[in-house]
Amino acid sequence: MAIKPNTAFLTAYQFYILAFFVFLAAPLVAAGMFAFNDSLFPSLPWRGFTLDWFFNDTEPKLGMFHDRRLLRGLYYSFVIASFVSLLSVFVGTCNAFLFVRCNFPAKDFFYIMMVLPLVIPGVILGISILLLASNVANSAESAFSLDLRFLRPGIILVVLGQFSFITTITSLVIIARLKKFDESMEEAAYNLGASRVRVLRTITLPFLFPAMAAAGIVAFLVSFENFNTTLFLVGSEAPLTITMYDRMVKVGSTPVLNAVSFFLMVGSAALALVSVLVQRDKPQT
Amino acid sequence: MKQNDIKRLSLYLLFAPFALWITLLIVLPHLGMLYISLREKVAPRVYEFGFANYINFFNEPIYWNTLLRTGSMSLLVTVLALLLGFPIAYYIAKIAGHRTRGALFLMCLIPLWVSDLIRAFGWILLLRETGVISSGLQWAGLINAPIEFLYNDATVIVGLVYTVILFMIVPLVSTLDGMDDSMIEAGYNLGGNGPTVLRRIIIPYAMPGIVSGCIVVFMLTAGSYLTPILLGGKNSSWFTEQIYDQFITRYNWESGAAFGFVLLAFTSLVIWIGLKLSGQTLNSTVARS
Repeated sequence: MAIKPNTAFLTAYQFYILAFFVFLAAPLVAAGMFAFNDSLFPSLPWRGFTLDWFFNDTEPKLGMFHDRRLLRGLYYSFVIASFVSLLSVFVGTCNAFLFVRCNFPAKDFFYIMMVLPLVIPGVILGISILLLASNVANSAESAFSLDLRFLRPGIILVVLGQFSFITTITSLVIIARLKKFDESMEEAAYNLGASRVRVLRTITLPFLFPAMAAAGIVAFLVSFENFNTTLFLVGSEAPLTITMYDRMVKVGSTPVLNAVSFFLMVGSAALALVSVLVQRDKPQT
Repeated sequence: MKQNDIKRLSLYLLFAPFALWITLLIVLPHLGMLYISLREKVAPRVYEFGFANYINFFNEPIYWNTLLRTGSMSLLVTVLALLLGFPIAYYIAKIAGHRTRGALFLMCLIPLWVSDLIRAFGWILLLRETGVISSGLQWAGLINAPIEFLYNDATVIVGLVYTVILFMIVPLVSTLDGMDDSMIEAGYNLGGNGPTVLRRIIIPYAMPGIVSGCIVVFMLTAGSYLTPILLGGKNSSWFTEQIYDQFITRYNWESGAAFGFVLLAFTSLVIWIGLKLSGQTLNSTVARS
């Protein structure tokens, strides 16, 4: 133990830690709990346990698995998150090799450029990409009467918008892992006559794989929960967070939103756990 | 092919995705935004170069008041997150046993993987007039009429601190983790008491983590949109709301772009001042964690 505080202080300290975790858990518990309350409103009193908000197929208690708009939102979120995750892991891996292995002029400057998207507010990223895409699309239309549909708000713009800052996250995760790589392992393989491609495939990439998988999961989750950037780029294919927000603003809070929240919390907790497990280093032999 | 050519070729191949990403999705959009913010609409479809959008911003007190309000509330949130988060990070990094440590750290991260929207929704269910806290207090007989806890500044601040505190704790834990316990013991052996050791040894050592946490927290808070709107209601007057308003409601892209730049310039300025005051650089803080 670093500091040797007296017992009263330590007790108070531990009490504070406990209170903090209650504070952390409270809204999540509230959001999840009312998914199981047999009532039309997500509020007390407790009217008994039900799974209707998940599985019931009739109004007024339409469960989330029968609510077509929510399901469609879930589907679009899934598609968007998968694309963002694949793209950002690919570019993140390239960036890792670029910044760890290569030397080129103004490297520090480019490194700052790489970190920058993380500190630009999501709203600004969203509108700046929307503006550029719309302007290009408008000019193409008036100059060449080309209709560039993919530059109009929609899934592709949402993927690009989220990709623009999630790539920073994946790059940082993969860079951290590549820095730990012992390059003598590669040299040994070269000395044994292996080709570049073979070394990459059999030594370097397997070493990087846990970080790439973890980065992919993180990217998937961040994309799934993103709201600020998506809001400006969304077309008719609204992902789940946008659908939920719409429902909340237009219909008010209904327990079906709690059911979705519960579902998402369980899903992301499971994925987060997987990402921790794949990143854990195997015991050295 | 010669070894050098291969090196060069792989450098180009690796640089291409990076360059495409940064140029097309970060640099060009922001230049485009700057360009649009600098044009004035003189007639339908006729534009002139000028600063009118920025002048409008400074001439309308409600706009810059909103910006100052957003900035000062974000600073308050940052300070609160640091004060509340530091003891937690210190406990996780230095006091908790090996087992509890990992568990506590994971528990800290759980809310990170839950959408902003769900977190705000949870707070709404707890705090609104018919919410859990209000009915709980009534049931306990402490109050006799429902109380509305939502739609005031205190709630917005609590909600924002909740949303961003993890981004403070994580860098703090990782810097404090790297600190050798013997440094703290040496401080005590030399006769320092708790507060002195904290002030003279622990805080200077944790400075990169503190600054990095503060930067991320401040940026996230100033750029947040959902939490102030949902918890603060119509009167939250957060600056991002103004931007959204210009863009979507009024369809005035020129002034929306100008507002976006004002926000970007303002937050960068605050962070620059923060870095100068603490003697850190962007490279030694955010990039490290």
